[in-house]
Amino acid sequence: MAFNFLIQLLVNGLIIGLLYGVVAMSFVLIYKSSQVVNFAQGEFLLVGAWACWWLLAKFALPFYLAFLLTLIFMIFFGILVQIIVLKPLIGEPIISIIMVTIGLSIFFQAMMNWMFGVFTEPFPAIFSTESIKIFGLNVQTAYLMSGLISILIMISFALFFKKSRLGLAMRATAFDQQAAQSLGVSIKQVFAAAWAISAMVSAVAGVVFGIVNGISSGIAFMGIKVFPAVILGGLDSVLGAILGGLVIGLLEHIAHYIDVQFLNIGNLMRIAPFYALIIILMIKPYGFFGTKDIERV
Amino acid sequence: MNLKNSRPCGDFRTSYFKDMSMFEDKKGFYLACLGVFILACSPLFLDSYLISLLIYIGFYAIAALGLNILVGFTGQISVGHAVFFGFGAFASAWLNNSFLIPVFFCIPLAAILTAFIGLLFGIPAARVKGLYLAIATLAAQFIMEDFFSRASWFTGGVDGASAAPLKIFGIFFDSDAKYFFIVLFWLVVSFIIATNILRTRDGRAFLAVRDHYLSAEMMGINLMKYRILSFGISSFFAGLGGALYGHYLNFVSIEEFNIQLSITFLAMIIIGGLGSIRGSMMGAAFMVLLPEIMDWLTRSLAGTSIDSALSLSEAIPFIKEASIGLVIILFLIFEPNGLAYRWGQIRAWFKLYPFSY
Repeated sequence: MAFNFLIQLLVNGLIIGLLYGVVAMSFVLIYKSSQVVNFAQGEFLLVGAWACWWLLAKFALPFYLAFLLTLIFMIFFGILVQIIVLKPLIGEPIISIIMVTIGLSIFFQAMMNWMFGVFTEPFPAIFSTESIKIFGLNVQTAYLMSGLISILIMISFALFFKKSRLGLAMRATAFDQQAAQSLGVSIKQVFAAAWAISAMVSAVAGVVFGIVNGISSGIAFMGIKVFPAVILGGLDSVLGAILGGLVIGLLEHIAHYIDVQFLNIGNLMRIAPFYALIIILMIKPYGFFGTKDIERV
Repeated sequence: MNLKNSRPCGDFRTSYFKDMSMFEDKKGFYLACLGVFILACSPLFLDSYLISLLIYIGFYAIAALGLNILVGFTGQISVGHAVFFGFGAFASAWLNNSFLIPVFFCIPLAAILTAFIGLLFGIPAARVKGLYLAIATLAAQFIMEDFFSRASWFTGGVDGASAAPLKIFGIFFDSDAKYFFIVLFWLVVSFIIATNILRTRDGRAFLAVRDHYLSAEMMGINLMKYRILSFGISSFFAGLGGALYGHYLNFVSIEEFNIQLSITFLAMIIIGGLGSIRGSMMGAAFMVLLPEIMDWLTRSLAGTSIDSALSLSEAIPFIKEASIGLVIILFLIFEPNGLAYRWGQIRAWFKLYPFSY
């Protein structure tokens, strides 16, 4: 029984971890291209999830259409946030950048609570079957889908940055902004694209999370949970973000297992990632894949 | 580095002694005394609601002052100031309940205890800086919140802790008008302490660490010591503010010291002005009054078509919260130097009028 429970938790941890990885990836995308630490990443998930829910519940659109419209909306949303709020602050000290994204996070959270209420709303049913059995394990269909979508997003990310023109431009900008600019890359476009893609990918994660657990402002906490993941992987490494997400997802569920089976103190699942964060910061401040900040005078 | 450190024209100092003085001239000193005197008289002509707002401004200003020493003067970002504020409140209640120390002594003792906790949580600052430190303090916020809910011997767990009202020479300071004097006393004391810290070698070391930490280190400033020390000093003020808060409400619940409050503290110093002692108080006043103003605005709109369209009366808590976020964003974009800088500009304008060049 206990063993089955452990395996079940590990599978869940892996799938949630993939989702963390996706959010962490969109966080890293913004940090890498525009050097902004986005404390409002969780609110991107929230806005996306509520937008999709609204389209589904109020207009009874088919899911794929609502989903598509949400993604298009999020592209514009990301670009607007970048242009209105972040652009005037380019070149300001880091505290201003951090504070402005914190301000955004409070603002959007309050607005979402105002517009959609504070109670958890379930997503309209999308799959006919609740869960399917794989190797004797009950796996929720939504979880399975979220895992597949996460892997899909990761693959498309890899292709985008390897093959597409914009993706290459973004990598060039991340590597050396001035050199990229002198070779004709429009930094403005790259920044806007980074925010647009990040918002869009976050919205996918938000919708998936909403399908699994219902939508509430709790989704925004994903944006905080992403910090242990990105610190573990290194703030500017996409691969590190994915691995960090997986590790944090697993760690969370293993902590939960230990908590339930042996310790019975409760709440360990929620707090374990933050202990991990402090420990990683003390041992390896730049994570396992991040580039070290070397300062020369 | 930026405008807020430069002096306006017409401000001549001819000796180092004058440059180091707390007040620019005798007039400044008398004005400050007058301000404190007017505040001390305010219970005579303000009603108890306004007094309670002033009390809130008082202990938030003390805590914001601490955060400003950390963020504005040493350049270290902390997203976990509320837990130190909370720790002070719990520590003071705990010292009073468990060891029967009189409340009057509990308040500074709690502040000192909080300072030690701050030193402990400042250790990561020796290793990381900038946004990594911000993320570390974010983790500290959640770890301490978890500690509050777990350590029922210290905080009373989910039931919260009860803090006895303050009593000196048999007089209970339980009404707003009486408690106001306690807060005012500690406010003045903390502002004098903070101003004086910045006039010492340590204070100048903080500024040097903020402006360019490598140069500071080359000039023989022990980076690690000052980074951790600034956490300690900042937590001292947070604990002091928290202890005053606890004994004012007579009850401390574990749920109040969440990340929202931490962000409110950060908002105070951003709005007031980073690296300005006067700004900390301005920012605290702004952030305490902002929800009141939003409340008043919403109520004055009641009955109009805007009200019925948006059902404003039910949305007051959300409007208050959203306004905090909006104010942070607007200040950062349009007034990044804060209210204290604007205040300096206005004063300079009057001083130099009509020849402002």
